[in-house]
Amino acid sequence: MSSSIISLKDAVAGSTTVDRASKPTSTGGGCSTSGCGTPSAEAAIPASVLARINDHPCYSEEAHHNFARIHVAVAPACNIQCNYCNRKYDCANESRPGVVSERLSPEDAVRKVQAVAAKMPELSVVGIAGPGDALADYRHTFATFRLMREVLPDLRLCLSTNGLALVDHVETIKSLGIDHVTITMNAVDPHVSEGIYDWVYFNNRRLRGLEAATVLLDRQMEGLDALARADVLVKINSVLIPGINDDHLAKLNTVVRQHGAFIHNIMPLISDPAHGTYFGLNGQRGPSPEELQRVQDQVSGDARVMRHCRQCRADAVGLIGEDRGQEFTMAKLPETVEDTTRERESYRALIAHEQQDKTRQAGDARRTIRALELTEETLVAVCSKGGGRINEHFGHASEFKVYAADSNGLRFIGHRRIDRYCGGGEGDDSKLETTIVALAGIRHVLCAKIGNCPRQQLSEAGITVSDAQAFEYIESAIAAHFHDCYAQTVATERRA
Amino acid sequence: MAYVINESACTGCGSCEFGCPNAAIKMKGDIFVINPSKCNECKGHFDEPQCVAACPADCITLAA
Repeated sequence: MSSSIISLKDAVAGSTTVDRASKPTSTGGGCSTSGCGTPSAEAAIPASVLARINDHPCYSEEAHHNFARIHVAVAPACNIQCNYCNRKYDCANESRPGVVSERLSPEDAVRKVQAVAAKMPELSVVGIAGPGDALADYRHTFATFRLMREVLPDLRLCLSTNGLALVDHVETIKSLGIDHVTITMNAVDPHVSEGIYDWVYFNNRRLRGLEAATVLLDRQMEGLDALARADVLVKINSVLIPGINDDHLAKLNTVVRQHGAFIHNIMPLISDPAHGTYFGLNGQRGPSPEELQRVQDQVSGDARVMRHCRQCRADAVGLIGEDRGQEFTMAKLPETVEDTTRERESYRALIAHEQQDKTRQAGDARRTIRALELTEETLVAVCSKGGGRINEHFGHASEFKVYAADSNGLRFIGHRRIDRYCGGGEGDDSKLETTIVALAGIRHVLCAKIGNCPRQQLSEAGITVSDAQAFEYIESAIAAHFHDCYAQTVATERRA
Repeated sequence: MAYVINESACTGCGSCEFGCPNAAIKMKGDIFVINPSKCNECKGHFDEPQCVAACPADCITLAA
């Protein structure tokens, strides 16, 4: 192990000695409210960093409503085998990392980005996330980024890696102006990660077991330290694997934050025998939404935990949660594209303006909710297609955004995915039951519209539904709804 | 004729499998192998064999 990293062993053993104490101070208190709009998550973040993430959909909860990214699949090679990954499987309808429909050359990738940029003023980020490891065969990755810098210099560049080769490329990353790097780390103890990787190919040798896990971890920590020294923003992705690392991720969070990681994204294991992964074939299950939320809550002391990740494909295009990759396959790209830099600039200015308006309203909303002095945490699910508003029909929602309200105000706590229960016209009762299961623990649902029948069934399940706040900002809508529901009670109790 | 992967040099990265237009390359154990009955050396598809172009370990050659 390199001496530059603080003794990972110490950190694992619980020591708090670090060579670069960059742990941020939590602001806590009334500011710990957050949301899709999350001033508080962002209150813990220095303004200089905020300016670097406010148009990056994967780093900023807020930005993901307004800004789009494109992943270009130029990196098929991988230098490790994870037990949750099978890159061979491809299905255009499937959304999970490591999956792509067509691999691109660096030149093709740039053509594709130009075509997407011409149609999508909200495009702000070009990322390379595989389908293998962006740095295993770094030549394609850096060739693509060099071309991007020439052709569309206003777009941000980012990449995602397992970290094995990272430390060798930090200088290039810095010199290309790649401002955001994601490292996937599933453990900071090789005894834990041993069960997660089949092999690691390093220095011309295929390593397995504890040796493989130790080499990977050491290299990841060296890479993380080097990026932090170079002032590149680092996000850590961790796959939550029940029974393997669920009790370990809080420790991982502490260690990577001490080493300068800026945000932590804990994702649920996607496990299905049909995907042909080792875990899928061997019956390793993924976590339930409640298990995921529990682990995310364990590490969200100062709210720098990413909760809006949708685990998108390595060739995803568009806003997060809305993949438009099929519109931009190589065969469909136009011969020539216009320069739309100015359209992107005016779009960004518009969003910045709307943002100020929304931040002001969200502040008012949190004050309203604090004034209610709720005695217990109350969960609210909202149906939103984006823009931070209540703007989706209950029956069309494929997921809910969940917020928690209590005496400290309001904070966003995550998404719950459901099957779309409305398949076009007729509601399907069994799917509604699935939805009700997905809403476990939630007391209120706000949507743009809902039919009488589902409204009644939700009511029987103890969930209050309202479409009275349709098209309002989410925070303002929740505040208005809670005021209607609770202000009366509070006033009565006070008198009594 | 067909291309072959040098077992001792293959890193198992998977680049060649993605590049192959004939789906002739599959993983066997830790490394990839080329099915000689499916490999047509990319004739008619590309100027150069796509697996050779993709391989970062330079370990794919024409069978002797």
